[in-house]
Amino acid sequence: MQSDATPSHYDVAIIGAGMSGLAAGIRLAHFGRRVCIFERHYAPGGLNSFYGVDGRKFDVGLHAMTNFVPPGVRGTPLGKLLRQLRIEREEFALCPQKQSRVVFGSAAKAELRFTNDFAFLQSEIAARFPSQSDGFQRLAALVKSYDERVFDVPHVPARAVVRQYISDPLLEDMLFCPVMYYGSAQERDMDLSQFVIMFRALFLEGFARPLEGVRRIIRILLDKYKAAGGERRMKCGVARIIDREGTAAALVLDDGAEITADHVMSSIGAAETMALCDRQEKRPIGSDPAASMAAGAGTSRRLSFIECIRVLKMQPRELGWGSDTIVFFNDSDRFDYARPAQQVDLRSGVICLPNNFDFGAAELEEGWLRVTCLADYDQWVNLPDERYRADKLRWMDESTRSARRFLPEVPDATLAAATVATDLFTPRTITRFTGHLEGSVYGAPDKMHDGRTPLKNLYLCGTDQGLLGIVGAMLSGISMANQHILQPAVKG
Amino acid sequence: MTKDDCKKLVTEIIADIAPDEDMTNLKPDVRLRDQLQLDSMDFLDIVMELRKRHGIEVPEADYIQLASLDSCAEYLTPKFNAIEGKR
Repeated sequence: MQSDATPSHYDVAIIGAGMSGLAAGIRLAHFGRRVCIFERHYAPGGLNSFYGVDGRKFDVGLHAMTNFVPPGVRGTPLGKLLRQLRIEREEFALCPQKQSRVVFGSAAKAELRFTNDFAFLQSEIAARFPSQSDGFQRLAALVKSYDERVFDVPHVPARAVVRQYISDPLLEDMLFCPVMYYGSAQERDMDLSQFVIMFRALFLEGFARPLEGVRRIIRILLDKYKAAGGERRMKCGVARIIDREGTAAALVLDDGAEITADHVMSSIGAAETMALCDRQEKRPIGSDPAASMAAGAGTSRRLSFIECIRVLKMQPRELGWGSDTIVFFNDSDRFDYARPAQQVDLRSGVICLPNNFDFGAAELEEGWLRVTCLADYDQWVNLPDERYRADKLRWMDESTRSARRFLPEVPDATLAAATVATDLFTPRTITRFTGHLEGSVYGAPDKMHDGRTPLKNLYLCGTDQGLLGIVGAMLSGISMANQHILQPAVKG
Repeated sequence: MTKDDCKKLVTEIIADIAPDEDMTNLKPDVRLRDQLQLDSMDFLDIVMELRKRHGIEVPEADYIQLASLDSCAEYLTPKFNAIEGKR
């Protein structure tokens, strides 16, 4: 519908075929824009993707899709997303979790179970932390009524706010542990609006996944994008953004070709995007640095993870691991969500047993045990190959051993006999396949909610725009496409 | 085009945008927002679908005219007819 329709000119060029880029592409193509997504990797999905080893597909990213609500619950992020992308609920075929847990401590363990029914968590807290129950109700009321869309407010450290309601540091940490592991780009604390978004996504809404995992979500998005007329170039990243007088005038692709676009949306991260621009000033994106420092975001380092994936020749329930979908664990006195001093921090982590979603009559063919722990990018990135391989094996063992302390006991020999394959991805893997700096999964600690950059036709979407999780990432692409491209066009 | 035809087209658009909403028994004289859960993103989509499907432009100042099915029909029917007249 716009002018200049030449083979190398697009209305919108999108950098990155992850969840946010695909969602933005669907919106724009649906409304008649000529769109092309440029993706350096051969597989779409970005941070939520998959890879094949020996014919077996391993998911990366998605443990569980958060923000799950059953049909009929309206006005939630999932509903908004489905509407905006014209996706029928049934297409994602989401199956709810069975039950998840937060479990703290080494010997005497404190445990909180939660499901997709918030009342269950409330009853758990009433039973295990009776003195905190009233405070928790009031905290939940605050979270429900909080308007997280007011993005221009200064950073508010969430820990201090939560402490006004929860006086027991153990419960405070147990609430922060899942919320941080599933979406905090900041060490030790987080911005209140991020806390609210994640609390709703995890506790007030819930977990689900399609039987086929993230691949189904990606396939639906690709189908919608294609049907709407969107174009896509795989194994062809954007090498450079040419800046002329404050405008992204052209994009130089990895193959050396040059294309132009009226608008450019980048999902690859703020710093990663600016690094593509030939500008002197590399860090002009972002909110008030002083406010960000005050909230701790400015001093926070980027966080990365390892994940050990173990494939079992039986369902986990046959080993006695049938009731947990996700387990968030920690055994240090205070939960320390930070870049670790060692290569990997074994004190806390997340266990995902993807077999333990309620798939009805169906089930996954093989059993899966995934264990995620915080890891230090610097101690992974420059290892010689041999040492890197040895360290992968070592941490594969150690992380599984650490996690198993929080699952029903299974003898080593039994688990070894049940295991048919293992793999481990590291901070180095994440940077290699996604291009995100320092293996960061949740992007930079400081978010740029309005998506603006120093170039007037270049916008950010995805992790650094500030909406996290798979649903958040897609909503980020949607809202940035709406705000910067579709809405101004309607206004004329 | 009659006003009833126009209401039908608007209803079709809303049903496509918000398939999770119950569109039966929609009262034409009551604000859509009071009967359905529609936010500003959804109204943007109504405006954009009107343009995409029917070539009708609704300037931002006129969004208020889309409040109910009746007011949609009042406002949009002449626009539909003007476009049909040009064809």
